[in-house]
Amino acid sequence: MSEIQAKAEVERVRNTVRRPFLSPLNQRRWQNFKANRRGYWSLWIFLGFFILSLFAEFLANDKPLVASYNGEILFPVLVDYPEEKFGGFLAVTDYRDPFIQEEINANGWMIWPPIRYSYRTVNNEIPGAAPAKPSWLYTKEERCGRYDLGVDDPNCTVGNWNWLGTDDQARDVLSRVIYGFRISVLFGLILTFASAVIGVSAGAVQGYFGGWTDLLFQRFIEIWSSIPVLYLILIIAAVLPPGFWILLGIMLLFSWVAFVGVVRAEFLRARNFEYVSAARALGVPNRTIMLRHLLPNAMVATLTFLPFILNGSITTLSSLDFLGFGMPPGSPSLGELLRQGQRHLNAPWLGISGFLSLSIMLSLLIFIGEAVRDAFDPRKTFR
Amino acid sequence: MNQPLLSVRDLSVAFSQGGGTSIAVDHVSFDIQPGETVALVGESGSGKSVTALSVLKLLPYPAASHPSGEIHYGGMDLLKAAEPQLRGVRGNDISMIFQEPMTSLNPLHSIERQIGEVLKLHRGMSGEKARARTLELLHQVGIREPEKRLDAFPHQLSGGQRQRVMIAMALANEPKLLIADEPTTALDVTVQAQILELLADLKRKRGLSMLFITHDLGIVRRIADRVCVMTKGKIVETGPTAEIFANPQHEYTRHLLAAEPKGQPPAADLEAETVMTGRDVRVWFPIKKGFLRKVVDHVKAVDGIDVTVRAGQTLGVVGESGSGKTTLGLALSRMISSQGEITFRGQRIDQRSFREMRPLRREMQIVFQDPFGSLSPRMSVSEIIEEGLKIHEKRLSAEERDQMVVDVLEEVGLDPAARFRYPHEFSGGQRQRIAIARAMVLKPRFVMLDEPTSALDMSVQAQVVDLLRDLQKRHDLAYLFISHDLKVVRALANEVIVMRNGKVVETGTAEQIFTEPQTDYTRALIAAAFDIKTAPTGVVSE
Repeated sequence: MSEIQAKAEVERVRNTVRRPFLSPLNQRRWQNFKANRRGYWSLWIFLGFFILSLFAEFLANDKPLVASYNGEILFPVLVDYPEEKFGGFLAVTDYRDPFIQEEINANGWMIWPPIRYSYRTVNNEIPGAAPAKPSWLYTKEERCGRYDLGVDDPNCTVGNWNWLGTDDQARDVLSRVIYGFRISVLFGLILTFASAVIGVSAGAVQGYFGGWTDLLFQRFIEIWSSIPVLYLILIIAAVLPPGFWILLGIMLLFSWVAFVGVVRAEFLRARNFEYVSAARALGVPNRTIMLRHLLPNAMVATLTFLPFILNGSITTLSSLDFLGFGMPPGSPSLGELLRQGQRHLNAPWLGISGFLSLSIMLSLLIFIGEAVRDAFDPRKTFR
Repeated sequence: MNQPLLSVRDLSVAFSQGGGTSIAVDHVSFDIQPGETVALVGESGSGKSVTALSVLKLLPYPAASHPSGEIHYGGMDLLKAAEPQLRGVRGNDISMIFQEPMTSLNPLHSIERQIGEVLKLHRGMSGEKARARTLELLHQVGIREPEKRLDAFPHQLSGGQRQRVMIAMALANEPKLLIADEPTTALDVTVQAQILELLADLKRKRGLSMLFITHDLGIVRRIADRVCVMTKGKIVETGPTAEIFANPQHEYTRHLLAAEPKGQPPAADLEAETVMTGRDVRVWFPIKKGFLRKVVDHVKAVDGIDVTVRAGQTLGVVGESGSGKTTLGLALSRMISSQGEITFRGQRIDQRSFREMRPLRREMQIVFQDPFGSLSPRMSVSEIIEEGLKIHEKRLSAEERDQMVVDVLEEVGLDPAARFRYPHEFSGGQRQRIAIARAMVLKPRFVMLDEPTSALDMSVQAQVVDLLRDLQKRHDLAYLFISHDLKVVRALANEVIVMRNGKVVETGTAEQIFTEPQTDYTRALIAAAFDIKTAPTGVVSE
């Protein structure tokens, strides 16, 4: 009898509430984060922009999303169909060609994305010389004057508007901003994440082992960080064709250093904590001690740093593009947009679009960063 | 009856936190007569420090508030007084000394400057005059050769000397009331006795009133005229010291009085199986000088000590702080490197590397002093306890591990349902139980206990000592028990080593040491621990 009771008791104990999804500490942090209204809203707005931009191909593209041709459902946005399929001769179909459009519409239908330009689509029907003004500054007659049938042409629709005008190669600025935003944020995120991994590991090893390891590593970092990065990129750009991954690699070589200082300091401080000694006394291996007991301490400092490093990475990429040493020509890039704005002062929509998109993105990130800093501040109290 | 110097009436303190409010002090009243010492006694969390801090309005306002109450001092209600008036009272009429002298002194200022600043602020003294007064004060608080100490920085002084400097600063303006917030808790028992002696002396000579806050009834008996016993924010009993000790009325007071570590260790049995021995153990830290870092001398933290720890027995290592007792324990459990032969259950372990030691770690465990520092704040209790199992018992399934955690928590007297909570949700005593559970879950043979009770309240100390004795009996454990508090040692150890400056002063069975101490040093330790009496100058450190 008593044994059964004891078993039931054990069962009850085992079934008592497991820990919640967030630990109490993290719940408090989340509350603190939410208490900073500006940062909280910035997070949602930024996430909205970022997720939208991840689906840029479905927002702004020169291919229809779905088409029906001779009873067959096609997905031009995902699959490249040769033009032969529609009676043309190019290897890749140009869906903006009136002939192809007529052919598909005669034998089925097609659904376009809201903006019918990709970042590299050249708009041959702009009313004046490139760069062309935003479409809403023209009358309907001017806007559609270059189409075959003028205002009655089926292509004279809102989908073919250049909401923010075109650049000097007659490419749609809005679609370049959308693609450029995506590439900037992705570049920033990958660079920040990779430098955090390298920087935190390097700082952890130095702080934990201390002594000679620390001394040698610190001197190496001093020498390493005194190399002028910009000139190095110029030199490497002369040898290797600069691209997304090459730029990322070069900048990663230097950006991890930013994390070492704080992480090393945290590890130096915490390695003599009693619970670390206690873990050592249990025979826990060094690697596990560093990961399980010390890293959480250092993560607070690291996470507080992250949004600012992210901002820095985005700014660096944009400034390289602005100087013409960044992404290969033709890539959608906010820095390149700014460069065009600087070259074509008579086309203010270029400069203004570039400035607004960059400054809004960076401000949102800074606001989020401030809220993250608040969230991890143990002394912060809200009344 | 005279007009009281300080009169606290119906005082309440509330803290608002994250929307809710908690009452820390609940309608407390007491008086302090001129020249009287009143002790506020209670366990941590009973609201005694908060009461004292609100006298000087030093609480974190506006998070703290006073829903009710008046504090009358010199015809003024301090709770309603404006900030400039309060500043006139603080430090001038009412001074305060704190628990931790190291953090209360500015580490970058010399002693002369620390005390001189007080004199300058409140008295407008400077130059020669301030210097003369500083010397006088240092002399009064019993710092020998004060001229040589004027230029010293806080880190160059011992804990007792630092507390003396704090007292000198508090006395600089000849206050009428001194508030002492656990002034001796961070000090060794021998130094504690000296500081209490000094305070009693000052009270006699200057007619100083004192509000003394402590959790230690031994101190109260020695120093206080009247006692207020506090628990959960309320004063449950108040009266003259002698009366309270002779005839406690409230149940809680009786509980406190009964809380001294009691009980007898198992009889010393020299035949029991030897678990650990150390022969001529030495830990020398080199002192390096010059450009080539030549070793010029050594700090001999542990200098040639022989120990034997037997199964089911406890070896107590006692001594003041700095005597090398913790270093000896760390050397024996191979946490730091040492010279000399160490054997554990017949195997030589002094030559083993950290990696080679790992398999033995499960059999030798350590319980640390500070239960707040030794548990990782980011891990739940269950994660903390099963960490060792994950390393030494890799074969166990998650359910088996969980079962072992449940069992060990029950064994140390904690509710197993609490194992998914985090350390900060537990009190000091409960946390120490968790730390003991972490060591016990591995079923060790040898446990090093590094002052496991000195960070705890008196009544909790007794419980932890009982628990340790119980566990030892059940599992035939060998303890190496390190402490400066002979009261606890007497309740647990059957053999004792008395250490000073890295060397053994005296060794023998607990009975021999406690009944017939052979050296002055041991006698001084015993007097300080049991009667809170000071020893003749020079026998113990200051």
